[in-house]
Amino acid sequence: MKTRIFVTLKNGVLDPQGKAIHHAIEGLGFSGVHDVRAGRLIEIEHEPGVSKADLETMCTKLLANMVIENFEIEQA
Amino acid sequence: MRAAVIQFPGSNCDRDMAVAIRDITGAETTLVWHRAGDLPDGLDLIAIPGGFSYGDYLRSGAMAARSPVMQAVVKAAERGVPVLGVCNGFQILTEAGLLPGALMRNAGIRFVCRTVGLTVENNRSVFTKGYSTGEHVQIPVAHHDGNYFADSETLDKLEGEGRIAFRYAENVNGSARNIAGVLNAGGNVLGMMPHPERMTEAVHGGSDGRRLFEGLLRQIA
Repeated sequence: MKTRIFVTLKNGVLDPQGKAIHHAIEGLGFSGVHDVRAGRLIEIEHEPGVSKADLETMCTKLLANMVIENFEIEQA
Repeated sequence: MRAAVIQFPGSNCDRDMAVAIRDITGAETTLVWHRAGDLPDGLDLIAIPGGFSYGDYLRSGAMAARSPVMQAVVKAAERGVPVLGVCNGFQILTEAGLLPGALMRNAGIRFVCRTVGLTVENNRSVFTKGYSTGEHVQIPVAHHDGNYFADSETLDKLEGEGRIAFRYAENVNGSARNIAGVLNAGGNVLGMMPHPERMTEAVHGGSDGRRLFEGLLRQIA
């Protein structure tokens, strides 16, 4: 079984990488892009017995830094 | 005086830190590998050195903060043992929950490697007794993720409790309120991005970092 975990910066937290990517997109000649924020996708292959609660604990204890990041768990 | 310097895979300032502690304080200084379950007995100082532990995988300091030795470091910190984290060591201490906030990518994206001016904001801690409050010192930084972030409530609390040890005299990396170093509530844990161990004798171009270790020695010995 596969779970995808999306880790993103909280609203209001400055994202220098997103800003640099935004500049690079504009440098390629694309217009109309308002903002870019970069995050992280973590794919976890696991037994069906690994519960949503376990996955949430993995996120809060390691995969996301709750001071600056949020996470979303997506199961197929 | 007895000191330990923790080594993680990817630490690269561990020996500099051990040399600074040994030469300046005369402490019996042990290098402790991250897999160790216990620390040596009777420690007066634990140093978490700079570097790129675990290649900065996931987030700077994230993996190191969950390694076995850190449980012993957290327990020692709770007992009041002074813990100094420099650069990656500061990142590890925030990731381990010993210090508030987080260290994010520098606001200017670039790695910053130069000597910067700092203001000593609090000279009451065991780490900063060798300085005067408001004093300007010069200490080098070398980091990519030194942009200190905490919510405004936490920042106000840190200011109110005198827990900002050092502030940059200029905007170096986008850090909130130019914070370069913070203390825990007990005052026995200090995390700072600048490297005092790299500014300890004339050949380094200055010795402003030396007084941090001299101050520690006077408090502990």
